[in-house]
Amino acid sequence: MSKKGWLARLVAGTGMALMALQAAAYTQTSGGYNMPTGVTEIAHEVHGLHMKVFAVCTIIGILVFGVMIYSIINHRRSKNPKPADFHESVKVEIAWTLIPFLILIGLAVPAAGTLIKMEDTRNSEMTVKVTGYQWKWQYEYVGEDVSFFSTLSSESNAARQTGSGVDVTQVPNYLVDVDNPLVLPVGKKVRFLITANDVIHAWWVPEFAVKKDAIPGYINEVWTKIEQPGTYRGVCAELCGRDHGFMPIVVRAVPEEEFKAFLAAKKGGASEVAAAAPATMSDAAPAAAEPAAPAATEVAAVDAKPAAAKDEEPAELMKKGEKVYKANCAACHQADGTGLPPNFPSLHGSKVANGPADAHILQVLKGKNLMPPFPQLSDEDVAAVATYQRQSWGNKGGVIQPSQVAALRK
Amino acid sequence: METPAAHHAERYFVPAPSVWPFILTAALVALVAGVSGYLEDDHIGPLPIYGGGALAIAIIFLWFRDIVRESEGGQYSAQVDRTYRWGMSWFIFSEVMFFGAFFGALFYARELSLPWLGGEGSKIATNLVLWPGFEASWPSNGPANAGGAFKTIPAFSVPLLNTILLLSSGVTITLAHHALKAGKRLPCILWMWATVAFGAVFLYFQAHEYIEAYTELNLTLKSGIYGSTFFMLTGFHGLHVTLGTIMLIVITLRLMAGHFKPDSHFGFEGVAWYWHFVDIVWLGLFIVVYWL
Amino acid sequence: MAHTNDLAHGHDDHAHHGPDKGIMRWIKTTNHKDLGTLYLFFAFTMFFIGGLMSLVIRAELFHPGMQFVQPEFFNQMTTMHALVMIFGGVMPAFVGLANWMVPMMIGCSDLALPRVNNWGFWILPFGFAMMLSTLFMEGGGPAGGWTMYPPLMLQTGNAFPFLIFSVHLLGISSITGAINVVVTILNMRTPGMTLLKMPLFVWTWLITAYLLIAVMPVLAGAVTMLLTDKYFGTSFFTAAGGGDPVLFQHVFWFFGHPEVYILILPAFGIVSTIIPTFARKSLFGYDSMVYATAAIGFLSFIVWAHHMFTVGMPLAGELFFMFATMLIAVPTGVKVFNWVATMWRGSMSFETPMLFAIGFVFLFTIGGFSGLMLAMTPVDFQYHDTYFVVAHFHYVLVPGAVFSIIAAIYYWIPKWTGRMYNEFWGKTHFWLSAIFINLTFFPQHFLGLAGMQRRVPDYALQFTDFNEISTIGAFGFFVTQFIFIFNILGCCYGWFGRKRDLPDRVWEGARGLEWTVPSPAPYHTFEDPPVLPAAEVTGVHDAEAVHH
Ligand code: HEA
Ligand code: HEA
Ligand code: HEC
Ligand code: CUA
Ligand SMILES: [Cu+2]
Repeated sequence: MSKKGWLARLVAGTGMALMALQAAAYTQTSGGYNMPTGVTEIAHEVHGLHMKVFAVCTIIGILVFGVMIYSIINHRRSKNPKPADFHESVKVEIAWTLIPFLILIGLAVPAAGTLIKMEDTRNSEMTVKVTGYQWKWQYEYVGEDVSFFSTLSSESNAARQTGSGVDVTQVPNYLVDVDNPLVLPVGKKVRFLITANDVIHAWWVPEFAVKKDAIPGYINEVWTKIEQPGTYRGVCAELCGRDHGFMPIVVRAVPEEEFKAFLAAKKGGASEVAAAAPATMSDAAPAAAEPAAPAATEVAAVDAKPAAAKDEEPAELMKKGEKVYKANCAACHQADGTGLPPNFPSLHGSKVANGPADAHILQVLKGKNLMPPFPQLSDEDVAAVATYQRQSWGNKGGVIQPSQVAALRK
Repeated sequence: METPAAHHAERYFVPAPSVWPFILTAALVALVAGVSGYLEDDHIGPLPIYGGGALAIAIIFLWFRDIVRESEGGQYSAQVDRTYRWGMSWFIFSEVMFFGAFFGALFYARELSLPWLGGEGSKIATNLVLWPGFEASWPSNGPANAGGAFKTIPAFSVPLLNTILLLSSGVTITLAHHALKAGKRLPCILWMWATVAFGAVFLYFQAHEYIEAYTELNLTLKSGIYGSTFFMLTGFHGLHVTLGTIMLIVITLRLMAGHFKPDSHFGFEGVAWYWHFVDIVWLGLFIVVYWL
Repeated sequence: MAHTNDLAHGHDDHAHHGPDKGIMRWIKTTNHKDLGTLYLFFAFTMFFIGGLMSLVIRAELFHPGMQFVQPEFFNQMTTMHALVMIFGGVMPAFVGLANWMVPMMIGCSDLALPRVNNWGFWILPFGFAMMLSTLFMEGGGPAGGWTMYPPLMLQTGNAFPFLIFSVHLLGISSITGAINVVVTILNMRTPGMTLLKMPLFVWTWLITAYLLIAVMPVLAGAVTMLLTDKYFGTSFFTAAGGGDPVLFQHVFWFFGHPEVYILILPAFGIVSTIIPTFARKSLFGYDSMVYATAAIGFLSFIVWAHHMFTVGMPLAGELFFMFATMLIAVPTGVKVFNWVATMWRGSMSFETPMLFAIGFVFLFTIGGFSGLMLAMTPVDFQYHDTYFVVAHFHYVLVPGAVFSIIAAIYYWIPKWTGRMYNEFWGKTHFWLSAIFINLTFFPQHFLGLAGMQRRVPDYALQFTDFNEISTIGAFGFFVTQFIFIFNILGCCYGWFGRKRDLPDRVWEGARGLEWTVPSPAPYHTFEDPPVLPAAEVTGVHDAEAVHH
């Protein structure tokens, strides 16, 4: 079979496979095999550039490969027993240096134009601060006093555990769904301040053609202006540790009024939670794990539910605690509490889980070194998860009640 | 381009099989594995570090002894000599690039990262939101004041003296070279000892400077980006001076043992090149680390 | 291996001390052919280990959902796969080829510094033993990607210092190897072998060696800073102390980008040697090939930040690195066009080395095209850190660098062993490799474009089909390589009744000094500089050179 033959088949075959995939794409406009056309002007331009450079490469490819294939067929030994003996031509060399050069200029100029537009964050109408954590995102509507965390949806999270026994194909939006999506208004220029708390992450929503690294200690700015309402999904696009693949992004773009309502509701629902203090640093801490301290202080108002101060049955707490644990803690400490030493400690016989309740609660609320803070959990949830940890795996730490947590939030 | 092999009939010297490289590798691996274990509290114990280190030094000695014997035994043709010249030049080039990485880090910190943290250019939000109130300056230990307030070592004190020392040593080694070429062995040896002395005094001052930095100025490796670049650049330079001084001593001892000829003494020249390289790096350090 | 091996046979070492016997021969050897053989066997082993790791990756990615490994272990596999393939596979394989061929091509007795050569080799197995041992340590091996970005990399457990020091050791090995090659080429050419008459493989290696000497120390600097940041409290990569995590990326890619050309320039040399042989026609545009190689070498130093378009560089930087990167397509294009022009109106036959060389030209060019797409900053924002990038670099690395290594081995192994490989199995090897490699990596373009990010052990459902195809391809490719192993070992050890009956000039169209010595080449070739016959000059660059 000639090279051409199987190449053609490959192209035809993949083409067919692509058609079949059309429906499945989470990027609404990608068709499942190509870059999405996107829902912003910039994204359209980027898609245009992509198709243009692709076309240029295809044409050059067809020319070059065409000549080669012609030569392979016609200049083989059986057909052309005596080789020609030319081996140089300055003219040709100049031509095939200059022509590609000119083609490249033709590509570079519009690319530069789009790039300059992308970098222009002036005149934005609102600002959202995006902070990457291992392994979740925090969104903060600057000036609105609204801020919340966004984590992989619990359904996906349960299904993705090794040996979960769940058929992931039955999980809706497997791995690209979150508990709290970022909500944005359409038709407004939104500026993002992107940073990270621990390691580098990257905030990427293909439909906006926005991808920017979130770098601890620095802020990168990008912007977008969404044209159509809809739900747009993305992922963390920089290796950030074991659960890098499990910190998706969901943006819900809604009309202006709906957005206002959303903000108002979030504000109303927010409890009077004091700003979480920066993660305390113990002397024993490995130097590497020092988080950029001020970045951590940014964990301000959060959307924890109003404190439920009444006590609960230990059995109830345990049941709820297991759920909270699986969703929030098992990533590092593992479902069976054995952790991933040396970075993520085992909780079996843990000093903290068997020690004073306050220290345990504070560690959950404020984090410690590599462990992120969880201020977004309600008092009930914190109490439940702590209780669960104190009563499992042979630990004998006793029960913690939501009121104790509420007392410590202050 | 010249065609080197044309001029002489003798064959290029190909050494006999040798076991040194293999043992040297094993020794080095033991050494670094030992250090790794130490860094991670792995309880491998100190044996690999000391054993590996000592073995490595011994093997280097034996290997060089072979080379010296071959060289003094007249086995090295002019072409072999050129090999060593090229080899040494490229080795020094690789060293230059190694220092380049640290000079690059210094440049980046001073010209880019610190100004950004101070809010310059497109990074204004970095300053306003994350590091309010931080103003870029140099020297700096960053917005978190890493390691606490510190003082720096003024350029025109001991560092200037060290500059003079090293430049002088460049002169004395050149004088020694001239003496060697003129066949005047005794002056050559004396100039060499002078060079060694300059190197040793330099090291003494630098050690002194480090002690002062740690005990009095609170300038340490932990002093943010200033401390980091300061100690890494001067530290690696100091390491090279130490190596260079040892090499100078070896060469001088060889001179005293009657090695080298006025017209063929690459061992000497190689060390001299290395010494000049160390010298020039110091000039760069003096200017961008201490002075500017 | 030591007892039966007669790879470097031919014991006409008259005045010379023969090699030691048994295992000590290999430990102590200073012979470029022995060391070349060692390098190649080592590379072969590493390719196998790295290939197994890639199969772990591909197996986990066969279906969505986590099936076999923990995410942590998956990341270790990704990281180690890349380090093993690049530092243990491709680079040593090229050094092995240089060891064998450079002295034979330029007419000298050995490399310039034979003991250093031995040292450079032995560092590799030791260094890799140390690196691979981290997989069995508490907390496992490094999992931060082969690019080792902080702060993530600083979270590595016990493995960390072992990794850093092994990188240092591998760097020493590369630098000594490179110095050796440079010095050999500059100092040891036989009379008449001017620079512009050197075979292109020698030329490309000269420039590669220069790149190596220039950038391996920079990598050493980068990882040294990582080490001190972790253990000695320095702040190179911490904003709080005035440093910047991105600084590491700059230093790393100042090494890393030239590194990828280190992985491809010798391949260019190989292809430029093989195509003329089987087209029975001189290489078209020898001079421009040399200049293009030099231009690529130069440009490779000023494009590094195209790996970091999304870190938030100032606009001017993004524009500069975009333009500079796109420029590389020009000299690379010259190379591709010259190869095509060499084939044009030749009298081609398609033995296995030629098939792999032609496969190289096709598939490397596809990888180059995707490289050009990546070079366009605004579009790279979409491609970056997706499988589109993975597809790009595997096209240039596997059907690029690895195909060229395979081609070179088929091409020269008759000279090394005196035995011919089996042509039928060679061709089968090629066709299966070509099909499976495209099956593996072509669908990854689609995955990346549609939004699948790299370095993940699991993915959203719509990526299932392409991932399945890719995994099938990967397993197929891996299994196919066993054909190669048997074909090659058959030449080495005389399996399958292979005889030593080859003429000096194994390929009728081949030119160069290596074809003037017996097959197998004697243990010591060219102890005295040979006369360079005009007919053996591969560097035909003007009418004069051919006829005088
Ligand atoms: C052998 C290795 C090799 C080679 C040769 C190349 C070659 C090129 N690479 Fe590639 N690259 C890698 C290995 C390699 N790369 C690796 C390993 C990575 C990822 C690292 C990591 O993140 O882990 C990477 C990543 C990478 C990126 C970063 C992507 C990202 O992370 O976002 C970019 C961006 O510019 C890039 C560009 C290029 C370009 C422009 C070339 C050019 O040299 C290609 C030039 C060739 C051609 C263009 C084809 C032939 C030319 C013609 C036929 C002429 C006419 C053509 C035109 C005018 C279009 N590469
Ligand atoms: C030279 C380099 C090289 C080579 C050869 C390969 C080969 C392969 N790679 Fe690799 N890969 C990388 C370099 C390479 N890769 C890099 C740099 C990364 C990025 C890592 C990171 O993100 O940090 C990567 C990442 C990477 C990923 C992405 C992982 C992730 O993002 O999580 C995947 C997934 O499919 C993959 C698959 C494969 C497969 C199936 C092969 C197969 O082709 C393997 C089969 C190959 C062989 C079996 C060897 C064959 C060779 C011979 C037979 C020659 C014999 C030689 C002699 C005799 C001397 N690779
Ligand atoms: C991103 C990873 C991560 C997540 C998610 C995480 N932890 Fe931790 N946890 C850590 C790390 C790292 C430590 C060790 C901190 C230190 O001492 O440096 C730790 C320590 C602890 C300890 C103390 C163990 C001991 O004996 O020292 C407790 C208790 C704990 N975590 C509870 C929780 C709870 C409850 C949750 C979920 C609500 C949680 N963790 C989620 C990383 C994590
Ligand atoms: Cu966060 Cu990847
Ligand atoms: Cu690159």
